[in-house]
Amino acid sequence: MPKLIKNNELTENISQTLDKDFSGKVDEVLANKGTVLTPKEYWLENSEQLAGKENIGIWLDSDEGPEELSPHIEKLSLIAINFPKFADGRGYSYARILRDRLGFKGELRAIGDIMHDQMFYLKRCGFNSFAVREDKNAEVVITGLNDFSECYQAATVQDKPLFRRR
Amino acid sequence: MYKYDEYDRQIVRERTQQFRGQTERFFDGTLDGDDFLPLRLQNGLYVQRLAPMFRISIPYGMLSSTQLRKLAHLSREYDKGYVHFTTRQNVQFNWPAIKDVPDMLEELNSVEMHSIQTSGNCIRNTTSDQFAGVIDNEVIDPRPYCEIIRQWSTLHPEFAFLPRKFKIAVNACPDADRVAIAVHDIGLEIIKNSAGEIGFKVFVGGGLGRTPVIGSEIRSFLPEKDLLTYLDSIVRVYNMHGRRDNKFKARIKILVKALTPAKFAEMVEAEWQHHKDSESQLTQEEITRVKSFFTSPDYAQLENNADSFETAKKENKAFSNWVKRNVSSHKIAGYSIVTLTLKKVGVPTGDATDKQLESIADMADEYCFGEVRVTHDQNIVLADIRQDQLFEVWQKAKSLGFATPNLGMLTDMICCPGGDYCGLANAKSIPVAEQIQLRFDDLDYLYDLGKIDLNISGCMNACGHHHVGDIGVLGVDKRGDEFYQVSLGGRSGRDATLGKILGPSFARAEMADVIEKIINVYTENRTEEELFVDTFRRIGMAPFKERVYAKAN
Repeated sequence: MPKLIKNNELTENISQTLDKDFSGKVDEVLANKGTVLTPKEYWLENSEQLAGKENIGIWLDSDEGPEELSPHIEKLSLIAINFPKFADGRGYSYARILRDRLGFKGELRAIGDIMHDQMFYLKRCGFNSFAVREDKNAEVVITGLNDFSECYQAATVQDKPLFRRR
Repeated sequence: MYKYDEYDRQIVRERTQQFRGQTERFFDGTLDGDDFLPLRLQNGLYVQRLAPMFRISIPYGMLSSTQLRKLAHLSREYDKGYVHFTTRQNVQFNWPAIKDVPDMLEELNSVEMHSIQTSGNCIRNTTSDQFAGVIDNEVIDPRPYCEIIRQWSTLHPEFAFLPRKFKIAVNACPDADRVAIAVHDIGLEIIKNSAGEIGFKVFVGGGLGRTPVIGSEIRSFLPEKDLLTYLDSIVRVYNMHGRRDNKFKARIKILVKALTPAKFAEMVEAEWQHHKDSESQLTQEEITRVKSFFTSPDYAQLENNADSFETAKKENKAFSNWVKRNVSSHKIAGYSIVTLTLKKVGVPTGDATDKQLESIADMADEYCFGEVRVTHDQNIVLADIRQDQLFEVWQKAKSLGFATPNLGMLTDMICCPGGDYCGLANAKSIPVAEQIQLRFDDLDYLYDLGKIDLNISGCMNACGHHHVGDIGVLGVDKRGDEFYQVSLGGRSGRDATLGKILGPSFARAEMADVIEKIINVYTENRTEEELFVDTFRRIGMAPFKERVYAKAN
């Protein structure tokens, strides 16, 4: 079972991620008992039915910015951002815009190529949930959240740069 | 020079621990080679043609004698007893073992050095003028701003995985630009506005490499307090919109060109409005704090051009030649700036042995307040030398092989490590440099030629800055053979210009002849006051082309 690190704890990742070209019925999606991540376009097209549903989230691919979610942000409890390869760093900026500008307060999940070495950066950009790559040992990966105890610049987590604290 | 406090020490220590963990996971097989690659690159570790290459950061080129001795020690313990100074004011080890790198880092940390972001698709070492703080015609010392940028960019959580590498350079000298801001991803020109306030003229999208571009100005005056928030905005726009589908089109210059500089500026401005007043806005306290590390050393009260100095110049032609070429004027009376050249014939450009590093450290301690600077043209600067000690310094430098009085001359080339070391190179560059140095070994002739930049790169990545040399040489691969393409008329600094290609490329053995023909066309056509670039601009490419490609009779 794939692992999820959520609020600094290790759990099973039982959510279902719908393909980017998913075109099934909204009723079927809603019938799902577990957590479902829907592609952004699909969610926006069906926002009237999907908005406000606790177990329905959106996932953004690395080429899909978060700005369009702005009018819906209050009604979203889970947004995931995909990192197709960990060297594709667009999701870090999307996360910061979601948190710092759009005021998203819910669960922000990193999905895709997620391993030890991005954890600290992801956390600082506002992610609080991490779907760990299946071939990695999640118990080791979680330690990456604490690779550093201090940092120079401001980010979503620790919004005061070191020069205002030193 | 900046001194670490407990925060700085902790951050570099934790980075070394993190890298040690990554290295261990690589060796125990839980981190595979492909995943390790971007991680080790972010820590300056390449795997090259023959061995790993490990690049150490020298923030804006400043090194203490303690750090020099540590580099010498590491080169003996873990390498073959020499280091290589790069064209970005950094230093490289060419033969370390991967497993030793974490230990080397710990030793480096102990003298306030690290290798953070010396490679990889992230924000690299910020570079600046090697004469910063010791010349009288600069707006203000740029180094405190470089240090502020260094701290902001170090382990920046949002910008560790950019589309491509990202380089920032800062200049504060109105009538020279020794750091070449026009060919950087971001170039910052420190200026004063009419109210006398310090700020930055901001250029983006310059760069060399496969698609050379001169940077575009996107802001004429950015107040100093807004430095970091504005940099955040530029890099965020680039991070989100820069191309990631093609490595050769991923630099910010391609994005700026595609959008147009005006549109790019608009996007940055819109982004900036959201967080220009955030906590990242610089405080006067912080600027003052960082400036306090770059105060003047304890200069003696002296007069310019003391008698003993003047007499020594008159009595010794070689000394006076060296003073003319390798010594620059200093803002404090009785002091001069000395450039030691690491460009001796037969020694790869920018290489220095452990013994040489220690000798430089000794000279720094004895004559220069224990500090040196590394230049982007791969020389070493002793920035605070008393004029009445110049003769002594010259004698020592000469005995060590650092006093070839060819600074700025044809044989003071910029040259990348090339195919002898680098896995990316199409062709070797060091043997070409050597061939040219051997051909042009008559110093009087070189002086007569005047200032000519000859820059050699072994491949399109342009580490040797070939586009902006008066004469540029680029290694190319022609059906598996090494050939060299020549360009003319490039210029770095103020008035930066990209060179134009002369024509079909040449075999390595032809290179000295080709350069000689080019030089001959110049000397035959120049007027008395013309530098190479002036003659080239006046007479154009045709006469050079004609001579170089003329059929032998």
